[in-house]
Amino acid sequence: MAEFKLKIRRYDPESGSAPYWDEHTVELEPHRSVLEGILQARNENDGSIGVRCSCRAAICGSCGVRVNGKPGLACHTHLGAALESAGEDGVIEVEPMGNMPIIKDLIVDMDAVHWKKIQRVTPWLIGKQPVPEREYIVSRESMIDVTQSMACIQCGACVSDCLSMEVDPLFVGPAALAKAYRFVGDPRDGAHEQRLKDLSEDKHGIYDCTHCFKCIEACPKGVAPMNQIMRLRRIAGNDFQIKDRNNGERHEAAFVSNIERNGILHEADLLPDSYGGKFHPRAVPELISSLPIVVTALLRRKMTLGKALLHPHTAPDGVKRIFEVVEGREERNEFNLYISGTDAEAEASPEVAAAIEAAEPAGVAPEGTEGSSG
Amino acid sequence: MPAYDVLIIGAGLAGQRAAIAAAKTGATIAILSKVHPVRSHSVAAAGGINAAISPVDDWRSHAYDTIKGSDFLGDQDAIEIMCREAPAEVMWLEHAGVTFHRNQKGEMDLRAFGGASMKRTAYVADITGQALLHVLYEQLMKYHEVIDRYEEWFVTSLITNEGACVGAVAREIRSGKIETFTAKSVILASGGAGQCFQPTTNALICTGDGIAQAYQIGAPLMDMEMVQYHPTTLAENGFLITEGARGEGAHLLNSEGERFMEKYAPNKMELASRDVVSRAEQTEILEGRGVGPDKQGIYLDITVVPRKRTLEALREIVNIGKDFAGVDITREPIIIQPGMHYMMGGVKTDFNGATEVPGLYAAGEVACVSVHGGNRLGANSLLDTLIFGRRSGEHAAERALAMQMPAASDEQLIHDREMIAEILARLKSGRRISEIKQELGTTMNRYAAVYRDEAGLQSAHEVVRRLKEEAKTVYVDDKGAVFNQDLLGAIELDYMLDCAETIVVAALERKESRGAQFRTDYPERNDAQWLKHIDVSRNGGDVPKISYSEVTITDWQPEARTY
Ligand SMILES: Cc1cc2nc3c(=O)[nH]c(=O)nc-3n(C[C@H](O)[C@H](O)[C@H](O)COP(=O)(O)OP(=O)(O)OC[C@H]3O[C@@H](n4cnc5c(N)ncnc54)[C@H](O)[C@@H]3O)c2cc1C
Ligand code: SF4
Ligand code: SF4
Ligand code: FES
Repeated sequence: MAEFKLKIRRYDPESGSAPYWDEHTVELEPHRSVLEGILQARNENDGSIGVRCSCRAAICGSCGVRVNGKPGLACHTHLGAALESAGEDGVIEVEPMGNMPIIKDLIVDMDAVHWKKIQRVTPWLIGKQPVPEREYIVSRESMIDVTQSMACIQCGACVSDCLSMEVDPLFVGPAALAKAYRFVGDPRDGAHEQRLKDLSEDKHGIYDCTHCFKCIEACPKGVAPMNQIMRLRRIAGNDFQIKDRNNGERHEAAFVSNIERNGILHEADLLPDSYGGKFHPRAVPELISSLPIVVTALLRRKMTLGKALLHPHTAPDGVKRIFEVVEGREERNEFNLYISGTDAEAEASPEVAAAIEAAEPAGVAPEGTEGSSG
Repeated sequence: MPAYDVLIIGAGLAGQRAAIAAAKTGATIAILSKVHPVRSHSVAAAGGINAAISPVDDWRSHAYDTIKGSDFLGDQDAIEIMCREAPAEVMWLEHAGVTFHRNQKGEMDLRAFGGASMKRTAYVADITGQALLHVLYEQLMKYHEVIDRYEEWFVTSLITNEGACVGAVAREIRSGKIETFTAKSVILASGGAGQCFQPTTNALICTGDGIAQAYQIGAPLMDMEMVQYHPTTLAENGFLITEGARGEGAHLLNSEGERFMEKYAPNKMELASRDVVSRAEQTEILEGRGVGPDKQGIYLDITVVPRKRTLEALREIVNIGKDFAGVDITREPIIIQPGMHYMMGGVKTDFNGATEVPGLYAAGEVACVSVHGGNRLGANSLLDTLIFGRRSGEHAAERALAMQMPAASDEQLIHDREMIAEILARLKSGRRISEIKQELGTTMNRYAAVYRDEAGLQSAHEVVRRLKEEAKTVYVDDKGAVFNQDLLGAIELDYMLDCAETIVVAALERKESRGAQFRTDYPERNDAQWLKHIDVSRNGGDVPKISYSEVTITDWQPEARTY
């Protein structure tokens, strides 16, 4: 057992007074969760502490909060880890999520923001006609792929700190766009083009994201909303050639042709041609992980990122060939954490695997990077 | 005062499925839930849903497995309906958008589950419940014009008029406003009562509200003694490791490294039905072959499953192992033990969901049809919620469309308002809610668990009676109207105590061992005397009254049960 000091942000709308900090000491093992800490304080000291919770196991999505300023699930944050990220006084700070109005203590109004945005993306399957008698026959990978977005528990942690939403409250936002990908990536849905058009043309749609990575960091379920947004952009721009008013599609095209040209993402090249917005240093591996995995696997296996970023490259023939094979296929599979797990070892069809094999390292030693989707 | 044809209490799988089915009839519908619908406990279901969709399968085989799993206490007419309708229901879900895992041919893949004679479980990685619940909620959003959602509304009581159920009283959690909802038909879909036990795999919201509310208005409960202990839960906090793990081939090992299931179920091994596996584990532990610091655990060895498969199909438990037990399950065994998981019993209904109170229906874990009898098979509960959720939605709507709106008086509303005022006014001298809850949970887990006997159950009953008295003076700190969770906790405590009492009373009554009930003082199954359901109801007073009802047997006669 160890003692932990929790400082909980309290607000009672009926009291007429401003929010304040409320400190409690709890006794628990360091691997127990911040939620268990809050509940101990509630059970033993003060039953009026307001926090939504139910499953205790990071699956119901109730307990989104900020711990030491970072959004996440209280039940999915160990007290020990929280202590490490605490300030010098060793007090763990728990606050309500951002970007949503506070109702009481740690409870925010998700309906007013989060669920409104979900409703915005026509969040139900518009089944392809004719509806088969039994199940739709679709590829195994496509179902696994959309399962990544399906893994979203609607906790709002990504919404809490989305930079674009802070600037533009009308931005559809990470969770809702991940939900949109769940349909756009689903081969059974018959309205891909309308959905993409709608979200491309909306000023607050897919091109309103500034790649700040906050949503990827915040998400407790590995949904990686930003990656899903990148996929929406790529499918809108490449597959449907949707030209949006906001010119977002051009950014996307620059990114892909950069890789095709250089064999690896060359940041220096890319910045001037596309990204005007914020650019996080970790953008590179994250963006790479949003590419079709055959490219990812190649990059991970054959290149070191450090070198890739420091030196200009010309694309090895292999990379070009992979692009040809992948782009030339009738059906393109997106792969994700359910397939690659925590290993970067991806599964690829024999033709693609052969192309990967053929693509010999362009003077760089093989080195894997950690899977980014853990 | 809102009035609807059909009022649905609870928005887990059973409630949402009922709402969608009722919506198709043109009835006016409201669905109430004390948490946002996607937070309902159905979200935690991991492993999958059973249906005989494989061309080499047959619903009769599914039915037989279910009946055998139930230790012949399940009602066979209802089981036949469930298994026959399962394939169409699963196809309906697929068409609604559930991202079921596919095989290489692009058809739905099936995995093995306990007590099943073949692979019959459709799944979405190990987030099946979440995928189903979120897809149903997508449908609720789609039908938002026909289904009124009251999210974060807490039902405090059912309302009766001349013996029929005509609505409910509910409190809007966000404002503290309390209202009477009038309805022609009411469907209870408010889930199980796992929180009566500590630890449990169940969420904090599973406090048996609906079971207690139905009991309060005189509806009989059935099979309450049948409480399922799941064979693989984490000792510390009760978290579930899905049966899907054993379905994928994981082994159970004792301290000597033996696959001890050989001794207890030589054919099905780890995939025998849950009561059998949990008992086997408990026996190993009692005989000193447990593992872990206090020798109260068993090893679950998932490392025998190919790592890639584990990462793809059991990802959620990889995370649970990592986050909540600090173990990489793909590399080392994890320590588990049997833990309280599911209530086979609940409000007694027929196979259309109708209870014995006119106008009141029930579906899902709150109800007892009884398709699970003495022991539920894994992946049959999601099926139960959907099949009987749909059927009660249809029947409740049909009943409603043929009648006038009944009158619901404000009497219950006034009563509940006074009850709340009384709770808020209590003196600080009372015990804390959490203390009583903890004492209840540990008592039940000690005496009403895998092994039971007369003396233990008697002492559990005494504790529950005492706690009921103490609960009358529990003190709440929060006196406010907005999101007063403290107050709701006090109300839930009463529900839990009602449920616990009926569980103990029924377990005392059944003087035999069948399914999940194992009485060390009556270790044999006794068909001559006990092939019958135990019903518990309130005889107007405060003491549970016992009666019996017949088990419906169609084609399958009881036989000895071996795995
Ligand atoms: C960890 C875990 C894993 C499981 N895995 C599987 C599996 O793989 N396969 C399987 O078949 N089964 C599984 N089960 C069992 C299954 O998930 C549940 O039995 C089933 O989901 C219950 O659904 P339900 O709709 O009846 O109730 P719930 O989903 O519990 O919903 C209850 C609803 O009632 C509402 N409610 C309750 N009280 C009130 C009140 N007073 N006022 C207003 N609303 C109220 C709640 O808000 C909620 O919306 C699992 C269970 C657990 C615990
Ligand atoms: S990456 Fe985009 S969607 Fe994600 S938080 Fe940043 S701006 Fe928002
Ligand atoms: S995408 Fe992740 S962080 Fe955002 S709501 Fe879903 S689960 Fe939560
Ligand atoms: S309590 Fe369910 S996600 Fe934290």
